[in-house]
Amino acid sequence: MVPIKYIAGGFKRRALTTFITIAGIALVVFVYTAVLMMSYGVEKTLASGGSERNAVIARKSSQGEISSILDGETINVIMTLPQIAKGADGKPLASAEPVVVINLDRVGGGISNITVRGVEPTAITLRPNIRITEGRMFNTGSREVIVGTSVTERFIGARMGDKIKFANDYWTIVGIMDAKGSAFESEVWGDARQLQAAFNRGNSASTMNVRMADGVTIEEFKQAFENDKRLSQFEPKTEVKFYKEQSEALATFIVVLGTAITIIFSFGAVIGAIITMYTAVANRITEIGTLRALGFRRRSVLGSFLLETIFISLSGGVIGVIIASFLQFFKISTMNFNSFSELAFSFSLSPGIIINALIFSTIMGLIGGFFPSIRAARLKIVDALRNA
Amino acid sequence: MLFKMMLRNALRHKLRTILTILGIAIAVGAFGLLRTVITSWYAAVEAAAVDRLITRQAVSFIFPLPYAYRDQILKVPGVEKVGYFNWFQGVYKDKSEFFPRMACDPETIFDVYPEFLVTPEEKAAFQKERNACVVGADIAKKHNLKIGDVMSIEGDIYPGRWEFVIRAIYQPKTPAIDATQMFFHWTYLDERMKQDMPGREGNVGWYAVKIKDPSESAAVSEAIDAIFKNSNAETKTETERAFNQGFIGAYGAIINGINIMAFMIIGIILLVLANTMIMSARERNREYAVMKTLGFTGKHIFGVVTGESIIIGILGGIAGYAVTLFFVGAFSVAVPKNFFPVFILADITVIQEFSFAVIVGILAGIIPVVQAIKTDIVDGLRYVG
Repeated sequence: MVPIKYIAGGFKRRALTTFITIAGIALVVFVYTAVLMMSYGVEKTLASGGSERNAVIARKSSQGEISSILDGETINVIMTLPQIAKGADGKPLASAEPVVVINLDRVGGGISNITVRGVEPTAITLRPNIRITEGRMFNTGSREVIVGTSVTERFIGARMGDKIKFANDYWTIVGIMDAKGSAFESEVWGDARQLQAAFNRGNSASTMNVRMADGVTIEEFKQAFENDKRLSQFEPKTEVKFYKEQSEALATFIVVLGTAITIIFSFGAVIGAIITMYTAVANRITEIGTLRALGFRRRSVLGSFLLETIFISLSGGVIGVIIASFLQFFKISTMNFNSFSELAFSFSLSPGIIINALIFSTIMGLIGGFFPSIRAARLKIVDALRNA
Repeated sequence: MLFKMMLRNALRHKLRTILTILGIAIAVGAFGLLRTVITSWYAAVEAAAVDRLITRQAVSFIFPLPYAYRDQILKVPGVEKVGYFNWFQGVYKDKSEFFPRMACDPETIFDVYPEFLVTPEEKAAFQKERNACVVGADIAKKHNLKIGDVMSIEGDIYPGRWEFVIRAIYQPKTPAIDATQMFFHWTYLDERMKQDMPGREGNVGWYAVKIKDPSESAAVSEAIDAIFKNSNAETKTETERAFNQGFIGAYGAIINGINIMAFMIIGIILLVLANTMIMSARERNREYAVMKTLGFTGKHIFGVVTGESIIIGILGGIAGYAVTLFFVGAFSVAVPKNFFPVFILADITVIQEFSFAVIVGILAGIIPVVQAIKTDIVDGLRYVG
């Protein structure tokens, strides 16, 4: 095998071009990692709000909470289902929730859509992730609301004590809720009855959130809906699955666009690597000849050049991932297609993403270094030495 | 003489030069694609007519307005025609087949939106039949729909099964107009609501108001909103452009992300080209020394090196334009039509591509030129590659 020292020497002599190649690969890996972090962030934000024990009931054909309607009659039928767990007071652990979207002014200009969710008192029991960090829960029967931490941070007039105007009335913010980074942090919650009245919704809701009784699986619960003619238009899904589906469109969009860009980008980086390595070979023809004359084998020469590109591309990959990891400090928000309202999420890094990024950078390097290395290995000793 | 030298130099390492041009071309193509994604995103804003206002519920777009507002808006001075729409959605074929489906006023839609072209016969046929609908040419093509076909849609916001007969297919007036929408009679929707879900009838989603003089848009907007101030459903009126802009604003983070990436690509082109130039300049140190010995000044050498890199930049730009056409074509085939109803490469994007290729050519030449000029004649002559 060719000594590592020899490879290292190669770097020093062409420090600038090697550095430029590393920078190019780092840039590509940065973009690749950022895209994966973004879609993972969206998924995590939407999926982390859910529990496997809870089910969300929506109209079968609806594509999101906002386009689903459950009329009062249906809600009453669902409330009597034996598959729903009972609370300490003997009442079913269920919350029929009207969901609407309102406009608020964003900090830094522009308006955006915010989800307003009407909830029943059981909602807090159903979602153990929710914690009121400031103030208190709204009082049932009053025009009070609590808002998620993202809403408070990102919108004007959404702090404790502020009043939000919608549906011809002012709603006082009496509490701030933390939802462990889930999508609820981008929502405003109020009393379901109050919101139904204010928005002329009668007694209809958008979706229903229920806790399934111990031992009841989602399949059994679904079956109960299939068996009841009054409920055949509706479908329960576990909360986890429901929220995951809500994230699909946005996450897919980010991944599709991001992957397309990354693939195109990587061509640029691979070409950069090819140029560097071809030149590295061309500059070292005499050296290669000497090494071969000393008895080093073709595969050693091939190995050493491949090792060199792998080193270059891995360094680029590591740098790219390190820079991308700083993105975790940023929170961004965008419209979620399904809920039609703003969703704040963070870039999120996982071990899987890091491994992916490093494999990706190595592959780029291998593709870029393969042909130049083959060329180096194929050189005839005589030709190579004559080159000097 | 110097130009010949630049050309010769550029072609000396054919493989390397071709790779470099290819690298630049791909990066330029990616830049073009990203910018096209963004301009397409804004297509709805660009296509907005200046003489159209949108009146919607002040709380948010999803809340309805009473149908009764129509007559009051019509009375506002400066208003010419009032159309109204209602977002219907529903599921056609399956959930992934998304395109806008709306209820409209069949009498006014083609007056308020003259960019949707239909023949007088089709228009009359559409207006006459209660459950008639009109679809955009792109949608008709995609789903192979002809006049007389029945479209059945499973309602979500408006539950139940709905059947519409296609009586017209509209053509977009320019390629920048969205031809992926479907419209049907609002009264058809309203009658059924009266029957199935009492309490939901008598509502429209938003009004599209055609005004006589575009310069009066602010005054007319204020006049409309003033009528409904302190009513059960306050309104917010703005130009169609501002309205569409508001929608796009919500995607700000993604748009910014794409924009940043587009400009990072410029960085990649720079790196690829700079790499090549540094290498070729290093190889030619000896030649530059010879040139200096012969009496060529630093200025000449500057010209030769940057000239070469600009030539490569321009060639990369030209190849990049071809790559852009390919990428944009492939992208519009690969991405569902509903994502970007309009997907066209803008002239400004092409101009930007070329400018960047040339500017990058100049920048990439700078490091090697500085090196070349700094080199002592003696050192240069002694230099071994």
